[in-house]
Amino acid sequence: MDEIFGIPAPLLFGQLLLGLINGAFYAMMSLGLAVIFGLLNIINFTHGAQFMMGAFAAWMLLEWLGLNYWWALVLVPIIIGFTGVVLERLMISRLYKLDHIYGLLLTFGVGLIIEGIFRNQFGSSGLPYRIPPELQGAWDLGFMYMPIYRGWVVVAALVLCLATWLLIEKTRLGAYLRAATENAPLVQAFGVNVPRMVTLTYGFGVALAAIGGVLAAPIYSVNPQMGTNLIIVVFAVVVIGGMGSIIGSIVTGFGLGIVEGLTKVFWPEASATVVFVIMAIVLVARPAGLFGRA
Amino acid sequence: MSATRRSLLAASLGATMMPALPRLGRAQAANTIRIGVLNDQSGTYRDISGPYGVECTRQAVAEFGNKGFTVEVISADHQNKPDVGVNIARQWYDQGVDLILDVPTSSVGLAVNNVAREKNKAYINTGSATSDLTGAQCSPNTVHWMYDTYMLAKSTGGAMVKAGGDSWFFITADYAFGHALERDATAFIKAAGGKVNGAVRYPFPSTSDFSSFLVQAQSSRAKVIGLANAGADTINSIKQAAEFGVTRRGVKLAALLMFLPDVHALGLNTAQGLVLTESFYWDLNDRTRAVTERLKPRLKDIKPNMASIANYSAALHYLKAIADMGVPASKASGLEVVNRMKAMPCDDDAFGPGRIREDGRKLCPSYLFEVKTPAESKAPWDYYKLLQTTPAEEAFRPMNEGGCSLIRS
Repeated sequence: MDEIFGIPAPLLFGQLLLGLINGAFYAMMSLGLAVIFGLLNIINFTHGAQFMMGAFAAWMLLEWLGLNYWWALVLVPIIIGFTGVVLERLMISRLYKLDHIYGLLLTFGVGLIIEGIFRNQFGSSGLPYRIPPELQGAWDLGFMYMPIYRGWVVVAALVLCLATWLLIEKTRLGAYLRAATENAPLVQAFGVNVPRMVTLTYGFGVALAAIGGVLAAPIYSVNPQMGTNLIIVVFAVVVIGGMGSIIGSIVTGFGLGIVEGLTKVFWPEASATVVFVIMAIVLVARPAGLFGRA
Repeated sequence: MSATRRSLLAASLGATMMPALPRLGRAQAANTIRIGVLNDQSGTYRDISGPYGVECTRQAVAEFGNKGFTVEVISADHQNKPDVGVNIARQWYDQGVDLILDVPTSSVGLAVNNVAREKNKAYINTGSATSDLTGAQCSPNTVHWMYDTYMLAKSTGGAMVKAGGDSWFFITADYAFGHALERDATAFIKAAGGKVNGAVRYPFPSTSDFSSFLVQAQSSRAKVIGLANAGADTINSIKQAAEFGVTRRGVKLAALLMFLPDVHALGLNTAQGLVLTESFYWDLNDRTRAVTERLKPRLKDIKPNMASIANYSAALHYLKAIADMGVPASKASGLEVVNRMKAMPCDDDAFGPGRIREDGRKLCPSYLFEVKTPAESKAPWDYYKLLQTTPAEEAFRPMNEGGCSLIRS
């Protein structure tokens, strides 16, 4: 059997693939954060809770209304995105004129409250959510056994990321959004309703987190802490990629997933830390992030 | 831009360090015994004991009745962090808490162990698994209740090796508990002629994806994958093992520590056939059913497991010792309370008759269970079939092998 750095090659390929899958979640989450930060200048610390709400909403739709996974994939982003719109209108919109730190503290607090409510209601061991029948089973790739569902997650994440990038960089709506970031009063003077656009953008970012939650529900147990574990890493991803950079968050998300996957083979104890080590190095060498504009 | 980044970093650091110290309620009264239940109220291990452990303690107080002194139960969340746990323990003991109870998460359990000894207070640990509490780090002020890593390793590990699982790979939570469980299980595997092909130690508590470790375990060609972890980690490991078809080539999963709520969270479809060890099951006999029934108004739809109900059993025995020696004497020395507890035989509906050894180990039988299939399960929470019972005197590590300094060999 061929070996690379003392690790059998098939095992290494397997780990690369698994890293890519985790990277898909990082990319999806950090993309939502980047969109929100890029256009609202709000560091959305509620993102982890919104990811968790997405997973719970999928579970509720199934258990309480009998609506399956595919319905959840359509309905959950709309429902949770709407809660985001309400949150933005009622609270976040009051903070735009203040320093970033206020928005950060508000969203952080709201995230803790939401998590606490879910924990009180549903406990911490989590709820089972089964893989939809159409995606059950696995492919035998020779070097590893690849669950079909995980493959689907990577494809879905790639499609979503690409679509978001196209929406913001290549469409007229995206152009309005980018213009509003640069000079909101001017865009408003042209007759564009900027506050409404900003509200919908926040809702969109939240919807992305919610889709992530639905995709994660069958893999992890649906539990109130699921977002907390992810959110800190995802923030590191955003910092490494460059705050507000869409392409940066996508590339860094997948890239760091792979780096983390490899660390799990060579030095598993450090797998939770490696992302932050990279973050520290990037901050020193390129303070604006790999893809950010200084 | 850079100001933003800096504030973001500061906030994410702050987010990880927010211990909220609970306040004590009323002023200290000389005739009041205070029990502080210190456990995980918000994280991975919450459902195993958490608020239910607190309710079980209150049940013990209610059943104990009025013996001329009042009993107050308070609780706090240690967030699975040793520094938070030690802070609360110090504050509690200084403010007149007489007993600290529960304390899951071995790293926290061991840290509080030192505080209790330093302050000469009583400490009953029901939540931590590490066998070091009655071994290398044993203390005259500490009693370790219904289980430990040695007992789990002997019961589950021993049974797996006997059934032909003679080569192992461990997926281990990288802290005191995981290390102790891996060490104790390895000893049993080797003694039975088996071998350990390898192990990965993953960061606790920030890991939720176990697929990488499962694939590594699979490629080690071991016959048994030993899960030296607990709570949500075990649930995620088992769920993902099913997803990656880890068991399809006859590889067996050994969940070395699993509690009833874990099985409940997994669902029988995924959990069926797993073999695990507990020292309590609500549907084991008439006495366990009776105490479960009495707990119903407090726990509602949840059934107790060995960890939550150990608080009931331990608090009851503690209060008997207090009644026996009187409140002033018990407040004077935690050591004397523990000595009195060791001198009195234990008996309650949860664990039956038993005793506490000189090294602080409470003895009770261990039970090897198999999780039922969905077809076999007739009612909610009807999850276990009893495979084997290890009597109390044989279930735990012999006292002279633990290296406890309280024991003169």
